[in-house]
Amino acid sequence: MASTHALASGMGGMRTAGDLVARMQMTRGLRLPQAKQYVADKLGCSVADLGDTVAMHDIRRDLGLGRITVQDLTYADHPGAMEAKFHIAEVLDLPINCVRRFKEHAGLD
Amino acid sequence: MAQRIPTRLGDGSLVEMTRAEVEADLSAGSEAAVKRAKVEPLGQDELDHLLDIFTSPTKFSAVDYGDEVVLSFDGSGNSDIGAPILEQVVYQNHHGADMIELWHHDYSYKAVRTVLSFQTQMLKDAQQQTVIPLNYGAMPDLGRYSKPDGPIPNWSELMPLGKIAEAREAQLEAAEHLEKDMWCVAEAMIAAGVDGLDFDTAGAAGDADLLATLRTVRRVRDKYPDIGVEIGQAAELVLGMHGELQFEGTRLAGQWPLGQLKACEAAGATIFGPAVNVNTTKSLAWNTARACALLKPVTAEATIPVHVNAGMGVGGVPMTPYPPVDATSRASRALVDICKVDGL
Repeated sequence: MASTHALASGMGGMRTAGDLVARMQMTRGLRLPQAKQYVADKLGCSVADLGDTVAMHDIRRDLGLGRITVQDLTYADHPGAMEAKFHIAEVLDLPINCVRRFKEHAGLD
Repeated sequence: MAQRIPTRLGDGSLVEMTRAEVEADLSAGSEAAVKRAKVEPLGQDELDHLLDIFTSPTKFSAVDYGDEVVLSFDGSGNSDIGAPILEQVVYQNHHGADMIELWHHDYSYKAVRTVLSFQTQMLKDAQQQTVIPLNYGAMPDLGRYSKPDGPIPNWSELMPLGKIAEAREAQLEAAEHLEKDMWCVAEAMIAAGVDGLDFDTAGAAGDADLLATLRTVRRVRDKYPDIGVEIGQAAELVLGMHGELQFEGTRLAGQWPLGQLKACEAAGATIFGPAVNVNTTKSLAWNTARACALLKPVTAEATIPVHVNAGMGVGGVPMTPYPPVDATSRASRALVDICKVDGL
């Protein structure tokens, strides 16, 4: 069922910019069109690009927003999970709780 | 003889209907919502679009380019792998989830509180391995506080005895316990680094269950303005187990999705998850049209994102452990196309 929804109507999560749009919804309570526009503006791309896996693969690489490891392609020298969330917080100008906690615990503040 | 089209009933069973039968069921489903919840019926253009979706011979149906929505996936995973953090990674990497949710298999805030240190550690570890937003979710589950499971006199036993005042008092007392547990879990999860909290199936035990949830959400929003809060409803109608409870001047009992939305907005939720129940003996077309008619006014008036519950037995998705792809994809598309939902 999860995969069916993802294929029928989902943005695509980390394969695209679905997770970024989701952050604007959950943290700022933005409706979908506003959330998509906000993210597109911050990424410097079109709203249409947000759901395009090919376009977002390059955008996520350039901005260090994290990408999914796929067969024969790993990104060991690129930002991992927590590192990517540091970049997401900065690019979206959005506080991310676990990033804030990480900085506190690591003495980075 | 009219061509018969394969489709499904609300229990998932495969049936064949003619185009005229599907068309009649779509209208009847919309009218059922009008009759019950006093909403506007679906327009002819909307019914025509649903007819196209439900009479198409394709096995799969999907939204148009650019119309994709956010999938929040409450209760991500199935406990089948036996590794809750790994299940979150699977949903992120392989199921296209836009948000994920860590949860305990005893999906209740009361139960979670007893294993809270383990759950918070798991949450912290999960945050080290995932990029997409991570909620922690559980049910308010007010009934857990009544005897024999809890310390409070059981209001469902008191009411048949005519002890209405005692039953109401018991629910208020239980709600106080529930609020303490939800707040305790919320604070601990936020300290562990959660992105958001999901109060799932709110109102399952009626209006007192929902009131406790709304009060807790208000506290979370006031103290932690950057933490996401999703309220997923238990059902399309709030049961008046107490009957007189209000949140900020609005009586909760008897609220349909639009009234539930207003209460959730007032409490400070950032995502509202309405639930519309499925009638297992009616067709998928009937159920989906009814869901769309009930939810259209919600998305039209919402000031926060609306993520419709579209799992087994709600939102037009058949009540079966393995919802068929043909049925689920049609319900998914219909909710997006007709209701302009922000997510599922």
